[in-house]
Amino acid sequence: MKAPISWLREYVEIALHPEELSDKLTMSGTEVSGLEATGGWENIVVGEVVAIAPHPNADRLTLATVDLGGERLTSVCGAPNVDIGQKVPFAHSGAQLIDPESGELVRLKKEKIRGIASAGMICSERELGISDRHEGIMVLPPDAPSGTPLNEYLGDTTLDLYITPNRPDLLSIIGIAREVAALTGKAINIPDTRYAEAGESIGGKASVEIRDPDLCPRYCATLITDAKVGPSPPWLEQRLLACGMRPINNIVDVTNYVMLEHGQPLHAFDFEKISEKRIIVRRARNESIITLDGMVRDLSSDMLVIADGQRPVAIAGVMGGAGSEVTEATTAVLIESANFNPASIRRTSIKFKLGSEASLRFEKGLSAELPLQALRRATQMMAELSGGKIARGIIDVYPGKREVKPISLTTKQVARILGIKIAREKVAKVLGSLGFQCERVSPGELSVAVPYWRTDVRLAEDLVEEIARIIGYDDLPTTLPSGALPRYKPDPMRALIEKVSNILVGCGMQEVITYSLTSLAMLRKVTPQPAALKVANPITTEQECLRTTLRPGLLQTLSANEKHENNSIRLFEVGKVYLPREGDLPEERHMLSGVLCGTRLDQSWHGDSERLDFFDAKGVLETLMERLGVAPRFEPSEDKTFSPGSRATIVVGGESVGTLGELHPRVAERCDISSRPVYLFEIDLERLLPATMAPLKYRPIPKFPITLRDIAVVVNEEIPSKRVQDIIEGSPLVSRVTLFDFYTGKQVPEGKKSLAFRVLYQSPSRTLTDEEVNRAQQEIVSRLSRELGATLRQ
Amino acid sequence: MLEKLAEIKSKAIDELSSLSDLRELEAWRVRYLGKKSELTQILRGLASLPLEERKAVSASANELKAFFETSHRENKESLKERAYQEMEAATVGRQITLPTGIPSAETFGIPDVTLPGRPIPLGRLHPTTQMLCRICDIFVALGFQVVEGPEVEWDYYNFEALNIPPDHPARDMFATFWIETESGQRPMLLRTHTSPMQIRVMERTQPPVRVVVPGKVYRYEATDATHESMFYQIEGLAVDEHTTFSDLKGTLYEFAKRLFGEERRVRFRCDYFPFVEPGVEMAIDCMACGGSGCRLCSGTGWIEILGAGMVHPDVLRRVNYDPEVYTGFAFGLGLERIPMLLYGIDDIRLFYSNDLRFLRQF
Repeated sequence: MKAPISWLREYVEIALHPEELSDKLTMSGTEVSGLEATGGWENIVVGEVVAIAPHPNADRLTLATVDLGGERLTSVCGAPNVDIGQKVPFAHSGAQLIDPESGELVRLKKEKIRGIASAGMICSERELGISDRHEGIMVLPPDAPSGTPLNEYLGDTTLDLYITPNRPDLLSIIGIAREVAALTGKAINIPDTRYAEAGESIGGKASVEIRDPDLCPRYCATLITDAKVGPSPPWLEQRLLACGMRPINNIVDVTNYVMLEHGQPLHAFDFEKISEKRIIVRRARNESIITLDGMVRDLSSDMLVIADGQRPVAIAGVMGGAGSEVTEATTAVLIESANFNPASIRRTSIKFKLGSEASLRFEKGLSAELPLQALRRATQMMAELSGGKIARGIIDVYPGKREVKPISLTTKQVARILGIKIAREKVAKVLGSLGFQCERVSPGELSVAVPYWRTDVRLAEDLVEEIARIIGYDDLPTTLPSGALPRYKPDPMRALIEKVSNILVGCGMQEVITYSLTSLAMLRKVTPQPAALKVANPITTEQECLRTTLRPGLLQTLSANEKHENNSIRLFEVGKVYLPREGDLPEERHMLSGVLCGTRLDQSWHGDSERLDFFDAKGVLETLMERLGVAPRFEPSEDKTFSPGSRATIVVGGESVGTLGELHPRVAERCDISSRPVYLFEIDLERLLPATMAPLKYRPIPKFPITLRDIAVVVNEEIPSKRVQDIIEGSPLVSRVTLFDFYTGKQVPEGKKSLAFRVLYQSPSRTLTDEEVNRAQQEIVSRLSRELGATLRQ
Repeated sequence: MLEKLAEIKSKAIDELSSLSDLRELEAWRVRYLGKKSELTQILRGLASLPLEERKAVSASANELKAFFETSHRENKESLKERAYQEMEAATVGRQITLPTGIPSAETFGIPDVTLPGRPIPLGRLHPTTQMLCRICDIFVALGFQVVEGPEVEWDYYNFEALNIPPDHPARDMFATFWIETESGQRPMLLRTHTSPMQIRVMERTQPPVRVVVPGKVYRYEATDATHESMFYQIEGLAVDEHTTFSDLKGTLYEFAKRLFGEERRVRFRCDYFPFVEPGVEMAIDCMACGGSGCRLCSGTGWIEILGAGMVHPDVLRRVNYDPEVYTGFAFGLGLERIPMLLYGIDDIRLFYSNDLRFLRQF
């Protein structure tokens, strides 16, 4: 909403600088997002054209003599509309004007035009930067004082305001003036709307019937006959332009002017085109209408229309019909000022994607008390500007009138919410400044009547906000909550996520956060089960459904980064996947996933580094699990996302909690990844969580000496080394086993592998003898031989 | 025998003065204190001497042994010290290079301390996670608990329970991604703010309530430098018998001071959100210009940080909290905005496009 300060001044005295004014408005809830100064003109004054003579050397030019309040100057003028007696903006040489062709600022120079010296220039609106008009010179109102600097006469500052949706009353100059009055302690002056009526009563000429009072609580109308449609006077056009509206003609302009002034949208019908002279407010049938913007609109029964005896003539509260539009030929005008159901207006305007100035106001819920006052104002202005006669009386159909009960407000309530006692008198004064009428009920209680325009105020809490914002939030005290702390409920998943993230960062992994929305095509590339929740209104196909795995985001991140990364990329994400559930919200599951590729170490002078392999990725997971106190098993898997042989299922407590493997080159290629190999892991944190919750228990540091022995065995290649290790660890005297060598090749037979373990023997209760250790070692070897066919390697 | 001892002593002292390193000192020790040394032989042979002579020789021999041991200890210390000094003298100004041409620290020192160290893979938390932790920590210190909630929500929690029924113009403030559902099912959406968790938390707990809710939210919006379709918010909610607007101010002022620094000024202005009354927008004075107005603050001198207010009585009633007994405050802030302001990041899209050259800066 734009509000020129000069216009606000008609209703309230403003002594503040525009910056201070906008600060006060902003702090109290009406945000001023910009200040726009019009004018700033120098060397331009108001003048009166006193003589016109033809230019001796050019047919289309004239010599206009302008009186500047004593001094008279003659300028060469090319405008067709220049006339004696006009008040005009006159620019002396040296004035800065806008070049109408290029739009750039240029300085007016003294020059001869076709041989005649021009002492200055009469300006068009475009040259002054007021509007785009350049057909002729700008004509000022007759009372413009000659000789006055134009900046003094026309210069202004326009406030650009952001009006929150709860305050439709502020979508009006009077509404903003009311705020200014309350904030500055000034009185508000509402314009007089009395006028003279003549001729027949409107009741004999026109009728209004509301068929759906739930959608139209009130409909008021007046009639003007013998009107002459023409351009509006310049001052009115200026105001519309300053508020961002295009002047059309004196009839339409008045409806817009009064809407801007009072906040009540109005509509003017060419009365001659209203069939049967009847207005029927009803739901649409299967019919259509051509709206003022020339579009054919198909109407449905949930929409409210204004119809005449035959057909719809307007979509109520949204846009008028072209068939009853006021034109140059119009002489009789029916002015509509009505109140409509906000939800209905909003639905209709959304359906047509038609947000008009009218619908934007109606959808926020205007007061049903507003139409009559606005209608009077419009009727008065229209008759005056068009020279028309006002039919006697006003049609006012008001089936939706409602009693508004006053709100009870106690100073205790105010203190309970704001945390500070405010005296009843102060409360009454503040509310009074906003138009609320307060009546004392008891020493601490007021009965507050809400002014009709404040449709947003319903509860005592609403009144408390009014008090707080006018006093100023900054002037209220600052304290900390004093009550008891709520009972603490631990969140083990949150704790796990924090721990996991920190451990992985310690392992050299970079955290990423990727979009939850992805494409079905991407999901299909990386997972066998693409059943995902779809977005009904996606912006792009890249974000058309909710991920069911973290793979897409991680692999896309890898693909986007590998072009500029020449060492390693190690990424992880902890995030939710969204698994659809029948008839319910999806299951949101916390998952962990990571990818690794590139070299083990960054390139450096210490020498070349090998490429990361499966065991780097596995090492990260083992480190993670160890820190979480979990002992996982890695079992060969069949997940087709990974290359055969290099894929494992991660098993904790007999349950699969995740997967690890080398990304299948087919998948990597589909994901536009050129690095090879890429390792990816995925852990279901919900499944992992229980295993991490086992209570921690301290084990005493062993006091007795350790004995180290090595066991090197040769086994069949297909026997997992973990089985060998499990047997060794099964011996009661063994406290730790480390695989320190793995070998296949010439030194061992075909189809066999050699594994060498360092075995640490230690008892928590005594010193082991050599004999005991030898015996244990022997038992291990014979068990290995018996169960796995292992032979000792010498 | 005593002469022999004197002879050993003078010889040992002579040799001692010409020792140049620890190896030679060790040889000296073996020679004069070792099992086969003359002194050891004499001490072992004491028993065979006559009593008178034994006494005299024993005293002298033990004295000599103690002398040798002391000399050895002292010389060892001084030789070690000499070696360290030589090493220090050698490293200063002299680059030691092995014949292979590989700089080595094995002799003394390293060739060049400006050579880069051995690289260690380095991980970092995403800047969003870092800021999230920082902000949550502040509120935890103020007695708030961190809880999380669903990102896919019913219309009821995201809108209706928060005083935004269908056809309410405030819906324009929240451009929404809707989820495809079977016909007849309740409308499902991606939450447009973390505020639905106000309802969920109050539905399942009784006052006092003091929670913060971090999480992803979604907006159906074309993206540009200041708009993302997915971003993070942190919601706060406190409800109790005597929670006031002043408490809201105090809590958020404290938060702002801890996050942005003691010197920042904080401003509360009236704003509108359908689920609070009174409603608040909090701003801090612009860190770039200090309040005089610049591009960062669009000339206003103030930077909006969050929206807040007292929980609307209709919202309380909806979760069966008696608004005559309980009052509460709520706030919600957009997370990415904060690192953007603090670190001068000019494009929100950088956060979730995950360019490592961006992520590695935090």
